[in-house]
Amino acid sequence: MKRFLKSINVHELLRPLGQLIFFSLGSTVVLSAIALVLALILDRTVVGQTLFERLNVSLYTYTLVNLPQVAIDGLTIGFVYAAIALGYTMVYGVLEFINFAHSEIFAVGAFVGVEILIALDKFGILTGASLVMAYVYLILAIVGGMLAAGALAVAVERVAYRPLRHASRLVPLISAIGVSFLLQDVIRLVESLTTGQFNRIFPTFGNFDRRVILGKMTMGATNITLGVSYKSIIVIVSAVLMLVALNYLVNATKIGKAIRAVAQDHPTASLMGIDVNRIISLTFLVGGMLGGAAGVLYALKFTRIDAFVGFFPGLKAFTAAVLGGIGNMTGALLGGIVLGMLETFAGSYMGVFTMGAAGTEYKDIFAFSILILVLIFRPQGLMGANVAQKA
Amino acid sequence: MTKRLLVVLSLLIAACMAISGPVAAADQIVKIATQSPLSGDQSAVGVDIKRGAELALEQLSGPLTKMGFKFELAAFDDQANPDAGVANAKRIVSDPAILAVVGHYNSGVQIPSSEVYHTSGLANVSPANTNPKVTTRGYMEVNRIVGRDDVQGVVGADFAFGKKVKSVFVVHDKTAYGQGIAEFFKQRAQEKGMKVLGFEGTEEKANFDSLLSPILAGNPDLVYFGGMYSQAAVLFKQAREKGYMGMFLSDDGFDSSDAVKIGGQTLLDGGGTFYSTVSGPASIYPGTAKFVSDFNAKYNAAPQPFAAQGYDSMGICLKAIEAAAKANGDKLPTREAVTKAIRALQDYVGITGKFTFNSIGDPTIAKYFVIKVSSPDPVKWNDNPVVETLDIAPPPPK
Repeated sequence: MKRFLKSINVHELLRPLGQLIFFSLGSTVVLSAIALVLALILDRTVVGQTLFERLNVSLYTYTLVNLPQVAIDGLTIGFVYAAIALGYTMVYGVLEFINFAHSEIFAVGAFVGVEILIALDKFGILTGASLVMAYVYLILAIVGGMLAAGALAVAVERVAYRPLRHASRLVPLISAIGVSFLLQDVIRLVESLTTGQFNRIFPTFGNFDRRVILGKMTMGATNITLGVSYKSIIVIVSAVLMLVALNYLVNATKIGKAIRAVAQDHPTASLMGIDVNRIISLTFLVGGMLGGAAGVLYALKFTRIDAFVGFFPGLKAFTAAVLGGIGNMTGALLGGIVLGMLETFAGSYMGVFTMGAAGTEYKDIFAFSILILVLIFRPQGLMGANVAQKA
Repeated sequence: MTKRLLVVLSLLIAACMAISGPVAAADQIVKIATQSPLSGDQSAVGVDIKRGAELALEQLSGPLTKMGFKFELAAFDDQANPDAGVANAKRIVSDPAILAVVGHYNSGVQIPSSEVYHTSGLANVSPANTNPKVTTRGYMEVNRIVGRDDVQGVVGADFAFGKKVKSVFVVHDKTAYGQGIAEFFKQRAQEKGMKVLGFEGTEEKANFDSLLSPILAGNPDLVYFGGMYSQAAVLFKQAREKGYMGMFLSDDGFDSSDAVKIGGQTLLDGGGTFYSTVSGPASIYPGTAKFVSDFNAKYNAAPQPFAAQGYDSMGICLKAIEAAAKANGDKLPTREAVTKAIRALQDYVGITGKFTFNSIGDPTIAKYFVIKVSSPDPVKWNDNPVVETLDIAPPPPK
């Protein structure tokens, strides 16, 4: 037992936790500061007056009171993006191509998890479940989604990418886009043949929909309740656990060493006795499992899924991976958190700051403009320095 | 060998032609087409529009059969898809035996398909299409027996006013349908003196967190959503989870039991959830008792929304053909005569109301309903009580 404890690399367990906390706090502080400064500037102008007439509160107070809730929302979606982005970034690390089918692997994870729960619900198991059992079933669904998504990712690599490994770089990319479309319609076909329904709905059970109330704040005529729903906490906690586990796997185990070796140089790694094909399959398995778990968490948080559910989260997570520096795992974490925060801040405040002219619907324009700016000045992404030496 | 086969084949073809020619002429077959989604995720409603029309054809074609006509139903599947609808429309107009079309569930399918009916002068009675553009193009051939989206938005706003709502946040799905209704709602709400705290369009289907911040900050009495249930129910659920306790209101796109599957108990909490629609459950109309029992007997299922409207649309077509045939000396009328006869009908008594069409084909009075979501159980969706029934005339044609 002692030897086992000794063999655990505590540093590698704590390092990603520290990074996550640092990134979360850092992006919250930076974005809050920007929002508050903007609010102070705009408060004296017609923007502030309009808001005052409407809600009887100054723009600065409005911004300040809403900040904690916005930050929590941003973090939740940010962690989901980070978990998906890791799948993109790991595959890029070992194969240097973008696995566009990853968004569908995410969707398959979501579907398997939700179908498991719907099946349990049909037998009436969920309705009377105690709190502990509710969490057991949720974990069961997440594990089911992970296994299915991981297996699918390995199968996709074996069938659609491995035969093309020595072709020119664009060929597997196109193959990935093809697989992505194929999987979307396979999900749709399977659903229409078995259940005949387009929308699948996460059953209501347990205490996931309830909230932990953290406090109440008065704002003009209304009260703002600050709170976190249990499902947001579940999403954040599971994402953090997965990210820490993955980091440990890659940075502190023998298998991780092999993965890093393959990422650096395929021929040399194989000369050192590493089975390159197996390591690549393993990378897909791990990335797919992360994506699948993210899928089930996404379904838990947002309730309704359909066959095309993977498209937008997949695109955003890919963006997050590029923003953080593709191929770099820490970068994917940072990118996911920053992108989730950016879009939530933009969505929440743009409407007020522009007097309703450019509301929430334009949040993506804002988030992606920032992405373009970052890439103009740092084409390798925020944490891309480590990648540069590889290329 | 091949030669002999060819001879046999050509003989066969010649024989067929010889048989089919005179027989068709002698029987005076008249067909009425239906177009609705018979497959896909909207088929539940689409199939029952067809069944309603089928039942009407059976029960109401008596006077015409006596004149020596034999009636047939030509059912087409538009798959809720404009391309399929237009392709079917082309097949329909090329069949001279078809004198009228009962059809379409989706405005987006009806509008392009009716362009084909229009160019061929074929009459179309719509049981379900609510987009103003269906009739405002001013086509002689196109009529509908339900209300319009521009009125439905007003109905929603008036209902909110009646509930003493003072402030409202309006969200829509950026489609012609959802945004259209939402704009009419907003306009009317402002006229009535309600404070519109925001007007936002969104294609988001999952994460409404950032949209909800300004909603919660404004804490309006009512959140209105113009669009389909698949977005609306998710938005409403997330709003409740964040502590919003006001009232929700949506449009007839919300009329699906999946809405409570998504929203569950959250739709009933606080101020509750309401939706406006142009088609109440069949049992709400005074004349439908017999229809519901006949429908149950024939198809062994309760009629879905718009089945009764399918019945009435078919009834209108038959009545008009009868009038046109009489004017033509009991002979088969032309398509043009049928088109004119439909527009000329006065107070046709159907099971869902009395119908007279105005100069562009809207009913002179249409019924609108406001329904309250009353149970988190999807099976009980059809039992949702109607809280308001209104008879409203369409806006005057321009």
